[in-house]
Amino acid sequence: MLKELDTRIEELESKLEEMHPETEAQRLEYRQTMQNLQELKQEYRPRTAADKVYLARHSMRPNINDYIDALFTDFFECRGDRLCKDDGSIVGGVALFHGMPVTVIGHKKGRTLPENLACNFGMPGPEGYRKALRLMKQAEKFGRPIITFIDTPGAYPGKEAEERGQAEAIARNLAEMSSLTVPIVSIVTGEGSSGGALALGVADAVLMLEHAIYAVLSPEGFASILWKDSSRWAEAAQQMKLTAQDLLELGLIDGIIPEPTGGAHNNPQALFEQVDAQLYSRLKALCKMRTSALTAARYQKFRNMGNFMQEEQL
Amino acid sequence: MHSPFQQRRQLFDALKEKRNKPQPVQPVTSAQPAPFVACAGCGKAIPRQQLADYFQVCPFCGHHHPLPAPARLSMLLDEGSAKTLPVKVCFGSDPLKFQGYSEKLALLRRKTGLNDAVLTAVGKIGGRKAVVSVMDSRFLMGSMGSAVGEAIAQAVEYAAKAKLPLIIFCASGGARMQEGAVSLMQMAKTSAALKKFSDEGGLYIAVLTHPTTGGVSASFAMLGDITLAEPKALIGFAGPRVIQQTIGETLPEGFQRAEYLQDHGFVDSVVPRNQLKATLAQLLKLHTKGGMAKC
Ligand SMILES: [Zn+2]
Repeated sequence: MLKELDTRIEELESKLEEMHPETEAQRLEYRQTMQNLQELKQEYRPRTAADKVYLARHSMRPNINDYIDALFTDFFECRGDRLCKDDGSIVGGVALFHGMPVTVIGHKKGRTLPENLACNFGMPGPEGYRKALRLMKQAEKFGRPIITFIDTPGAYPGKEAEERGQAEAIARNLAEMSSLTVPIVSIVTGEGSSGGALALGVADAVLMLEHAIYAVLSPEGFASILWKDSSRWAEAAQQMKLTAQDLLELGLIDGIIPEPTGGAHNNPQALFEQVDAQLYSRLKALCKMRTSALTAARYQKFRNMGNFMQEEQL
Repeated sequence: MHSPFQQRRQLFDALKEKRNKPQPVQPVTSAQPAPFVACAGCGKAIPRQQLADYFQVCPFCGHHHPLPAPARLSMLLDEGSAKTLPVKVCFGSDPLKFQGYSEKLALLRRKTGLNDAVLTAVGKIGGRKAVVSVMDSRFLMGSMGSAVGEAIAQAVEYAAKAKLPLIIFCASGGARMQEGAVSLMQMAKTSAALKKFSDEGGLYIAVLTHPTTGGVSASFAMLGDITLAEPKALIGFAGPRVIQQTIGETLPEGFQRAEYLQDHGFVDSVVPRNQLKATLAQLLKLHTKGGMAKC
């Protein structure tokens, strides 16, 4: 399990920091510890779906603000849904991507508790989805491509969220995104969970980072509902087919962005270069398409998902 | 006048037509055990047959029990006008190879006489033709997997092609977890189909019945031009228990019930089951084509 590996790596790293080798024996021990650490780091790669769940949720994984800083210039954040309030769990605005104006929207997860309280751990209410929709309609008005970054444990199950129409807000986004006349590229960067993720994901190109996950609900929820035992979440992760490789095989996503060794958080710069290249080539191809062909292809893509008729006939 | 050959040809033609045309709604014949049912509202024992005669509404307290899809269609559609719409779907697809899922589907199919959790018919309501899809909560809580998503999308497309109003009776616990992310994507599929239908000027009336939650609530259930709900139906994205666990406080009386949603602006009207047909007939009448031309 990657989690244990993380703990052991941390232990070795702090041990190294405390060591001040002076004698030959100490130097030998230092080198040995260093070597152990290198070996552990070599081992640090996900082997199971549960490992991917762990990586996808890693607190050091790049978040929406990191992507905005790394991939775009001149970002101007737009706030509020114009109906009720500003929802910090979705960040959105206008920016330049390789000099081209684009609308950027993404779920926001924090790294510290205060950060997470401000963005509600990346769990939007209807205000977040309505803000996103407002920005997407604005992008359509000005002919700007839309880029969304998906990373959420799901829509927030709260009292006010329900009162203000969580379901309606998500449904509206799904319907509206399906027919927007500008190119949309979505990237699942961490965990894409339930309708709360999909509400930013009805895109022409849906990409997933190599170790991201995308599912109808969390593996814990799956295990607790179907097996009445949330401790079987690792098994559930395996069963659910939630990895990028699974989703590509099921025909539910369009591509996978490779992550550096040890996952995105181990070398963010290398990751950003990959994301930048893929985003650029996808957008370039989509921008060449005529509007009617673009929306028709997007519609047809989602229309065909889970239609196993053809498979059956083979 | 008619030679035996002609008669036979006519018979064949009629049979062929019948095969290709939507099939009439089949009544369900299932074994009926206990002769009495305890009302979920007031607890009184009601003769099963009497409850069926009242379309599963308690004659004592008015509690609305779930109504099987075939009974819903026969309650709603003018006598002799209903034809079920055949759906080209691979029923029983099992993308996760989830243990026991195929067997469960086969069992439910035998038990309910349905292919999956939705049944669509074309028929008349108060003399006006419409496409009516009805979800059936006996089928895995009316959850939406690929078969339900596909059936709904095909109903929408049929309504668009035939230029008919569309009515969907929602009753669902949400996405069908046994199908994983495939079920999630059915939300996008059905919503996209309805957006297209709406852009083409189609009328869609959503009727939310108990329960309408999760992925169904966050897709086609909330996209109606007109939204009706049955009394006290539970309607929401997250389940009340999950919300209570998350926020750690008790929820107000009537939270996420049909009346609550009407008060909060998400339902046009809460309509008791015995008035649904009349209300739908009125709405279809109000949306007859022609508008300005008839001034
Ligand atoms: Zn009663």
